[in-house]
Amino acid sequence: MKQLVRIFAVVLVVAFGLMALAAKLNSSQGYSGSNTLTIYNWGDYIDPDLITRFEQETGITVIYQTFDSNEAMLTKIEQGGTTFDIAVPSDYAIDKMKEENLLLPIDHSKIPNLSKIDPRFLNLDFDPDNKYSVPYFWGTVGIIYNPELAQGIEFKSWNDLWNAKLKNNVLLTDGAREIMGMSLNSLGYSLNETNEDHLQEALRKLEKLSPNVKAVVGDEIKMLLANGEAAAGVVFSGDAAEIMDENDTLDYVVPQEGSNLWFDNMVIPKTAKNLDGAHKFINFMLEPDVAAQNAEYVGYATPNQEALKLLPEDISGDTRFYPSAEVTSHLEVYKNLGKRMLGHYNELFLEFKMHKG
Amino acid sequence: MSRSSRGLYLIPYYLWMVLFVALPVVLVAYYSLFDIEGHFTFSNYANFFTPVYLRMTLSSFWYALLITLFSLLVAYPAAYALTRTKHKQLWLLLIILPTWINLLLKAYAFIGIFGTYGPVNSLFKAMGLGGHQILFNDFSFVFVSVYIFIPFMIMPIYNALEDINPTLIAASRDLGASSFVTLRRVIFPLTLSGVRSGCMAVFIPALSLFMLTRLIAGNKVITLGTAIEQHFLVTQDWGMGSTVAVFLILIMAVLMPIFGSGREVRK
Repeated sequence: MKQLVRIFAVVLVVAFGLMALAAKLNSSQGYSGSNTLTIYNWGDYIDPDLITRFEQETGITVIYQTFDSNEAMLTKIEQGGTTFDIAVPSDYAIDKMKEENLLLPIDHSKIPNLSKIDPRFLNLDFDPDNKYSVPYFWGTVGIIYNPELAQGIEFKSWNDLWNAKLKNNVLLTDGAREIMGMSLNSLGYSLNETNEDHLQEALRKLEKLSPNVKAVVGDEIKMLLANGEAAAGVVFSGDAAEIMDENDTLDYVVPQEGSNLWFDNMVIPKTAKNLDGAHKFINFMLEPDVAAQNAEYVGYATPNQEALKLLPEDISGDTRFYPSAEVTSHLEVYKNLGKRMLGHYNELFLEFKMHKG
Repeated sequence: MSRSSRGLYLIPYYLWMVLFVALPVVLVAYYSLFDIEGHFTFSNYANFFTPVYLRMTLSSFWYALLITLFSLLVAYPAAYALTRTKHKQLWLLLIILPTWINLLLKAYAFIGIFGTYGPVNSLFKAMGLGGHQILFNDFSFVFVSVYIFIPFMIMPIYNALEDINPTLIAASRDLGASSFVTLRRVIFPLTLSGVRSGCMAVFIPALSLFMLTRLIAGNKVITLGTAIEQHFLVTQDWGMGSTVAVFLILIMAVLMPIFGSGREVRK
């Protein structure tokens, strides 16, 4: 008993000590002040130097938090109790947040840099007139492959993944919309398909892919592909850029049947406390030199046409990551299909994962 | 101490039990009665009895069984050896130590160890066995799960072994029993309580494992835990997620008496 009390006493003392230390550190960094801006962004999705620069230029202290899926972000904001001033959801998630009244309109007069965005990324279906969102990055979904391991297969079409030579050699990203969408596209259907027969057909086609699938994984896919664990993978273009940064033998292609074109936009959630700071931050991120530096660091494609001019030719001229307007016109943006349909997509995806082949 | 003041001391306990044990279970049961659009319905329960979820339940059971079985096979001899060693406390500490490390970290380490170019495959190649795919299959999933659960199996068995009165073993020997007969007829029955609580401590969490199914099994093993995670985080179908959770609770409630508390056996 005595020993137990002693253990508890030690734990309590250590805990209070750490708490006092943390409070001291926080106050010395100015985190206790009222002039803060809380940003909720994807992991590894900003150049940290830019946050420092923003803090120096404006005197606002930034609190930066990250999420790893639109759904996780949505759940957290929906439940409340948070004070995010800025969030960076993807297209269909913005639509959903709008529907659920989770967003505040953006005051365009405070964002003069909006004019620097390429008009083909403005006024899109998920947010007409950009009332609630401003483009941050955009990209595609495609196949990344390792020519040394792909046994001479030249990837052009989604159907190349079904090649029997790739047995147990394909990695898939763990997303129901991405993988179901890929199968739908390979059959010539839209990736926003809601016709039950077509969805079942897509599932049956995916089940035929099972022998080739080595694993369905999350963020680990980058590490696994860079290490040469598989010949090919289905990934987002930004992940592909990151992988190719580490291992330049790999190559990325957007299949000819079409694919997903996605956008991550900055929004101001309803929970925002520092509206003025949020607008300042959005405008700051649209400065051409800032956007260029960020694009170089993160590896995704910037929608900022002025920033594009500042990027080195080997980045801005890379049509794998900056496909032409002609290519992007074939690609589809995910539509918000509603909770019920998303649930159905997910159940089909689970069924595919359970299929042993 | 008067009766009323004793009741007073119990208030925090009751409060805790109601707030953190009873209420969550009631909430889970309540949520399971609503569909994705928030309408009252029993359709989630009907949905559970479709092939998709039944197969998932079956596969959860199968893998949990395998994990428990292999844990027991490794843990029993290990616990037995532990009682014979000189520095028991040190060995015990070494066995408990890995549980202090975050599960995610251990899983990531195994991705490296079992990878195509990892140390295990290098060893195979050096031994002339050639490269194999060890990661993302049933073997790697069961192996890593057993590794993670083994301390929880060893501890109760070790405690039960320690509790055995050594004179009983001496008596068995004196009466002419061989070591094997002593183990089978004396030691094992006396440690049955430890084996039962060990199995319970492994089987029930193994039934709802979810992170390892993705990291180590590459989503080629799907358990009920995976389904719950997906429904809460991806589809936001809390009703269906809760329904799966209700069934897990029911399954555990059925299993508890089978494993027994262990106490009554020792009388």
